[in-house]
Amino acid sequence: MVKFLVQRIIGMAVTMFFVSIMVFIIMELPPGDYAERWAFRKFSGTGAQITEADLDNIRANFGLDRPAPERYFKWISGIVLHGDFGEAFAFQTSVNNVIGQKIWLTLAILFSTLIVTYLVAIPVGIYAAIRRGSAEDYALTVFSYLGFALPNFLLALVLLYISITVFDSSVGGLFSPEYADAPWSTAKALDLLSHLIIPSIILAWSATAFQLQTVRATMLDELNNLSVTAARARGVPEWKLLLKYPARLAINPVVSTMSFDANRIFSELPIVALVLGLPELGELLLKSYLDLDMFVAGAILLILTFMIVFMNFLSDIFLAILDPRVKLIEG
Amino acid sequence: MAKTKEMTNNNLLEVKDLKISFKTDEGIITAVDGIKFSVKRGQTLGIVGESGSGKSVSTWSIMRLLPKNSIIDKKSSIKFQQKSGKVVEITKFKSNSRELREIRGGEVALIFQEPMSSFSPVYTIGNQIMEAVLQHRDVTKEEAQEIAIDMLDRVGISNPAQRFKQYPFELSGGMRQRAMIAVALSMNPSLLIADEPTTSLDVTIQAQILELMNELQEELGMSIIFITHNLGVIAQVADEIEVMYLGKILERGTTNDIIHEPQHPYTQALLKAIPRLDTIGERLTAISGDIPSPLSRPIGCPFYTRCEKVMPGICDVKMPEPTQLSDTHTVYCFLYEEKNV
Repeated sequence: MVKFLVQRIIGMAVTMFFVSIMVFIIMELPPGDYAERWAFRKFSGTGAQITEADLDNIRANFGLDRPAPERYFKWISGIVLHGDFGEAFAFQTSVNNVIGQKIWLTLAILFSTLIVTYLVAIPVGIYAAIRRGSAEDYALTVFSYLGFALPNFLLALVLLYISITVFDSSVGGLFSPEYADAPWSTAKALDLLSHLIIPSIILAWSATAFQLQTVRATMLDELNNLSVTAARARGVPEWKLLLKYPARLAINPVVSTMSFDANRIFSELPIVALVLGLPELGELLLKSYLDLDMFVAGAILLILTFMIVFMNFLSDIFLAILDPRVKLIEG
Repeated sequence: MAKTKEMTNNNLLEVKDLKISFKTDEGIITAVDGIKFSVKRGQTLGIVGESGSGKSVSTWSIMRLLPKNSIIDKKSSIKFQQKSGKVVEITKFKSNSRELREIRGGEVALIFQEPMSSFSPVYTIGNQIMEAVLQHRDVTKEEAQEIAIDMLDRVGISNPAQRFKQYPFELSGGMRQRAMIAVALSMNPSLLIADEPTTSLDVTIQAQILELMNELQEELGMSIIFITHNLGVIAQVADEIEVMYLGKILERGTTNDIIHEPQHPYTQALLKAIPRLDTIGERLTAISGDIPSPLSRPIGCPFYTRCEKVMPGICDVKMPEPTQLSDTHTVYCFLYEEKNV
């Protein structure tokens, strides 16, 4: 197990190294740079003439004049050694300050969505498979496909409307007004949790629909497995054998696609966040691209990809724990 | 439900009028059509037949292990004498009832054709044996582990304490089948159903497993129903043999009756299809034609479509009544019914 863990961690580090190079290339790709954007903002309308020399000066100020490899190593070593993601030019502060709180709230949304997804998809998928062909099975299938079919922003609007008209509560934002600027406390954490429910449901719905069908299909395969009949022939009570044999294996495909779910949630989050007024990274990513504020964009890209790579790592570990065959193959 | 009624002839199991059908998309398929058989204490009954003859279905019904789309006809009766002496009617049990769970494993155990897939790959061999022991015996976990390791040792698995901790995929096919037998026997059943236990093994391992089963039967005194399509295998283990075809029993007798004096044309044809050392050089005779689809079962004797001695107008009209050739030998064929008349 230790060897397996070390292998996976090294694998993750190598992946992240290549990811960081790709992120840096993406940061370099848009035409122009922040120096031009800064000059445009500052001097447009003033009638001032900006020469190429002026731009070079500005570049030197921001450290943008150095060759790309040097800037890459400065950038990546700051992140790895000091946890410093560089300077957010547009905000005139560090990237860490700009994304600091937002990253935690984004992660809170991600994990609450994943929890909702798995809490619903796994037991319901197992149940649907056991009751295959029943009215409940069909109802659940239809209901879960609704999640696939309906766009998230529509779901967000509908739930927003319902929560305001029926429950007379606002779902916008992640905090109630009275807690928005308050220091962290238990009450504030609970307030955050209650605001996480709606976005989690919206984001979890399509992921749940997908995973529910996966669990159901795997469970159906496993139910026909001879080892299930063998356990039944040993007199093991039905519910106990269903949980011990087919259900345990039905979880495997879900566990191994955790990073897909994370990816899906990250890509759907910005639209939902926009409708619900959630402070998260997606919108900031878009804005920083428009401003050519590349260290902000790079930091967000890097963190999101790291999360997905990390989820992949986690699912490898979980899978190795769940299925003894995995370790044998991996050596 | 005659719960206290004694069994006749020292029988452990008495099956009568057993009829089993399956609801499928194409219609109702009858897999077992009104068969009758019994198993005596300490004896081995062999059931021989081709695929689809209903040999597995008829025996799995003793443990009520058939899939949900199966229907056991209301007139069917499966009487079994429990260790306590009580005679129970298995067809009357509700599915997943406590009584049924006690029968499964505790009274009747089953070993399967495929030792690979009959173990779950994600639990150790030990875990799955202990599950069986704990389900049926009033012992602590430590005692169950001891019983399990002891049983692995008894079925000839070397280094049993080590194997106990291993996963099924870490064992060879022969070892897995031994482990499967260990699981079955650790529950101390009085009837062991062996559903083609040696079919997926190579010939030398097959011989070892057969020998092991004979030994264990002598030691533990249980009855065995041995299902196979291989008459050569069954001759080595069975006391009595019944020959099944398309859901019907065609001939029944002692192993000697069936192997040396087969009367039904089907049994005779089956025996001719076995390669023999004393007839090397001769061509084997295959039974012509294919087994009919269970969806279009022939009326009358199910074998008449392929039978060399078919009598048109007789065999294709109704199923022949049993003809008692001796105390032990019964055949279902008009050839003999006529002689008796």
